[in-house]
Amino acid sequence: MADFIEKKVAAQTDINSVPFTEVNQPGPASLASQAKGFWVTFSTMFKKNQTIQYPDVKAPTQPRFHGRHQLNRHPDGLEKCIGCELCAWACPADAIYVEGGDNTPENQMSPGERHGAVYQINYLRCIFCGLCVEACPTRALTMTNEYELADDKREKLIFEKEDLLAPLRQGMLAPPHPMYPGMTDTNYYNGDVTESHPSQSENK
Amino acid sequence: MTTAELLGQDPGWLIGVKALIVFIICVIATLMAVWTERRVLAKMQLRTGPNRVGKFGLLQSLSDGVKLALKEDIIPAAADKVVFIIAPIIATAMCFMAFAVIPMTGVVSIFGHQTALQLTDLPVGVLYILAVTSIGVYGVVLAGWSSGSTYPLLGGLRSSAQVISYEVAMGLSLVAVFIYASSMSTSAIVDSQHQNIWNAVVLFPSFIIFLISMVGETNRAPFDLAEAEGELVGGFHTEYSSLKFALFFLAEYVNIIAVSALATTLFLGGYHALPGLGFTEQWLGGWFTLIWFFAKVNFFFFIFMWLRGSLPRLRYDQFMKFGWKVLIPVSIIWILIVATLRVLQQEQAPRSVVLAFAAGVVIIVMALSSLFERKKDQLRSTPLPEGDAPSFPVPALPQVQSINVTGGK
Repeated sequence: MADFIEKKVAAQTDINSVPFTEVNQPGPASLASQAKGFWVTFSTMFKKNQTIQYPDVKAPTQPRFHGRHQLNRHPDGLEKCIGCELCAWACPADAIYVEGGDNTPENQMSPGERHGAVYQINYLRCIFCGLCVEACPTRALTMTNEYELADDKREKLIFEKEDLLAPLRQGMLAPPHPMYPGMTDTNYYNGDVTESHPSQSENK
Repeated sequence: MTTAELLGQDPGWLIGVKALIVFIICVIATLMAVWTERRVLAKMQLRTGPNRVGKFGLLQSLSDGVKLALKEDIIPAAADKVVFIIAPIIATAMCFMAFAVIPMTGVVSIFGHQTALQLTDLPVGVLYILAVTSIGVYGVVLAGWSSGSTYPLLGGLRSSAQVISYEVAMGLSLVAVFIYASSMSTSAIVDSQHQNIWNAVVLFPSFIIFLISMVGETNRAPFDLAEAEGELVGGFHTEYSSLKFALFFLAEYVNIIAVSALATTLFLGGYHALPGLGFTEQWLGGWFTLIWFFAKVNFFFFIFMWLRGSLPRLRYDQFMKFGWKVLIPVSIIWILIVATLRVLQQEQAPRSVVLAFAAGVVIIVMALSSLFERKKDQLRSTPLPEGDAPSFPVPALPQVQSINVTGGK
């Protein structure tokens, strides 16, 4: 037996003989200061309340609120996502699943060689930290201010690529379509492309 | 004619009608009380509270009740089935029974009969209320025991200990009222206050003790140890669901209204108007007294809500210490004083003797409290002897270096 542990004498183990240091606690507060607490609750009744009648009144969020994600497009409609999976790797909650695919002349989804063929975000796991947005090298992934993400089925909360893609704006053309003539993916990246492929103009 | 004689002339059907009225009043008052409490508490916390069901959310508690009734009724496998079912019934029925002796109006006419809205008038009405509310505790204890689960059992035991200890203080605070009104009948106590002055004024210490112990008695915040959500999940009704839970909920609120009504009757002059507004008692053929009665009950109910909004829950030992070491001795001393004064008055002692006695009491109380304060200050100022190092191995204290605040060099 280790000799630094003293053997206890039975009389010493009595609860009242155990030495302790008493903390000098302040006594009860004065009656006036206790009454002050009652005044706080009473006076609060006559203050304007802070409730926002949510489903009826939707207060706008802060401009940089972390809401649902969005997969952006280049101005000609090609997707910005190149299927690099950096967002999935950055995700601390393992909420993003990406499968990359090759771009072929017949199936040109994004500028360059690769595009994201499957893109899923599981909003049951997502913690809206925004690390995926920071990780994205092409600014394909950003976040919107949309926060109404509740649903009644788990499956409905796994958002597919179609759910996340930004809508086609004026002058955009739904991919797949060829890259702008004479432009490389670097030009796309630098923002030199401002309109869709001239051969597609009648389909606009 | 006394109220007891007046009520003695009631035909059988009128008693039935009055029982029904009392029951309906209790249920509607409960529904309104739940709504009021949620709204007022919300206001105290800068919120709105329920406002979606009906106008101002007035039907919220009704819809909650319907929802509760439609829920699945679960009886745990380990539960004692018979007791499990009887417990909420006992709790609820006893709360309603307390209302039978509460005088809610003065003389009014119901279907052409001159009577008062009070189901019956017992010569020992207040004792009857104490007895009935004590039986109500059986509901809580049996619910906790029959659930066959740990937390309900702990909650039930806590609750019984709590209600029993605070009932002592409550009963003692009532003794002064009995001495003063020389009756235990609720209507006689109301009459005596009408002739003299409200008991809340003359028997102010009793009133305060009653106010405190009625919160303990009804298991309400800050004395809601029986259902302390943070410690006991939900207390004695953890295993209850559906209509049986609704019964406990109903019982809790009827109980609050019952003790508020009792406080009104015993200390705030019952159904009588505020002093100086006596002419209003004749309005609506005497039914206006019902409004006065409920105004006073609501005053007490507001105190309940205010306490809940302001105070954190007590620790169990603090709570018991307060009940046994403060409330009960204070009430006993107060009863002694009241009884002595009463005897002096009945023996027609000269005014100087009464004044001397009162002055003596005041001096003794002040002397005791100053001694007590001085002792407390002494205790606080004497440095505590540092205990020896314990003889068992303890982790090393973090090595705090003395920080030089003033020097800087």
